[in-house]
Amino acid sequence: MSADGMLDAGLAALVLAVAGWTIAARTAFAAVVGFVTYGLLLALVWVRLAAVDVALTEAAIGSGVTGGVLIAAAARLRPTEAPAAAERPGPSLRFAAAGLSVLVSVALAALVVFPADPAPGLGPAAAAHLPELAIGNPVTAVLLAYRAIDTLLEKVVLLLALLGVWSLAPDRLWGGTPGQLQDARRDGPLALLARLLPPVGIVVGVYILWVGAVAPGGAFQGGAILAAMWILVMVAGLHDAPETGQRRVRLLLVAGPAVFLAVGLAGFVVADGFLAYPAPLAKPLIIAIEVVLTLSIAVILGLLVAGPPERERRR
Amino acid sequence: MSATTLYGLCAASLVGLGLYGAIVHPQPLRKILAFNLLGGGIFLLFGVIARRGATPGMGGDPVPQAMVITGIVVAFAATSLAIALLLRLFATTGEASLRPGAPTPPGNDQAGG
Repeated sequence: MSADGMLDAGLAALVLAVAGWTIAARTAFAAVVGFVTYGLLLALVWVRLAAVDVALTEAAIGSGVTGGVLIAAAARLRPTEAPAAAERPGPSLRFAAAGLSVLVSVALAALVVFPADPAPGLGPAAAAHLPELAIGNPVTAVLLAYRAIDTLLEKVVLLLALLGVWSLAPDRLWGGTPGQLQDARRDGPLALLARLLPPVGIVVGVYILWVGAVAPGGAFQGGAILAAMWILVMVAGLHDAPETGQRRVRLLLVAGPAVFLAVGLAGFVVADGFLAYPAPLAKPLIIAIEVVLTLSIAVILGLLVAGPPERERRR
Repeated sequence: MSATTLYGLCAASLVGLGLYGAIVHPQPLRKILAFNLLGGGIFLLFGVIARRGATPGMGGDPVPQAMVITGIVVAFAATSLAIALLLRLFATTGEASLRPGAPTPPGNDQAGG
């Protein structure tokens, strides 16, 4: 077996082992740690599948930011674990669930082993128009040109999720400040990290955004890195989360989707229709949308991790 | 067996594992975790399909890759909303259980006090 083959086999076995641990772990906290590891291993798998854009997103959002939300929840919900143990289903239901799961897995495995031939794909169609857009990264072209409507709607979904999270707070806390993410110890190693890392992280985030036009990277990945730096500063207690009612915060939240929508509507006048870009301006427009989107994504992700308001608004 | 097929089988197993966890774990938090694990397996299946559609000069079909990127972000949004709901349930009832007869949050006239 070649070195590459051994790497692939080892990686696949490791992913399955960590996934099994995540499901079987005794405590929720251990399961969350397993899940974060699982996400990072999946990112490696994405690199092996030549999808570096997805690998960056999985590592930053699927593993990192999601992990932050889950760890905080596992710590808060620790008192509910002991009573839940009594609710474990009996062996017959577990057996039935295992049978169903194996059936689904086998059906999907059959699809993988006996695939359609020739393999369907839109690669050539996506590559055909790259020169017109002056964009070198086909994934960015799909996200912001060919299927821009998906990306626009996804931003709206993010905003709706944030509204949903905020609306879970009692009325009197509307517009207030999210809860403290963690008890702050300002002189600990975390506080040191939160001072050293963000300057580097912000540069990396902006670089990932900028390079996304020609190489793996883009608004999601860059925004997630910026959000991670902000979350680090909040968790270390160096800077409190902002009041969710501030006009500045609200403007940053909607700026990305609003600019995207405005450019999309302008397409009716200056190009062929909704979300169409006039040819010579395609790249500058895409970059402009991405820059504003990155800011909005960073703020939305950070506030989703911070959770619903828990302290009253200062009047 | 090619690497793509190997990761495809890995993805199929992950979907099964996640489904099993989502059914048998009584705690909502563990269900959310298992559901995300299941989602990771489905995204990976997309990756395998994208890799099979590779063309010269392109490592894989960019369309499924872009769909997965959108999917990861939406999955995060749904997860954080689910966690917020769960924490709110815990804050109002002191429990986080889905069993029949578990205490329900007080009515609208009392909530938000």
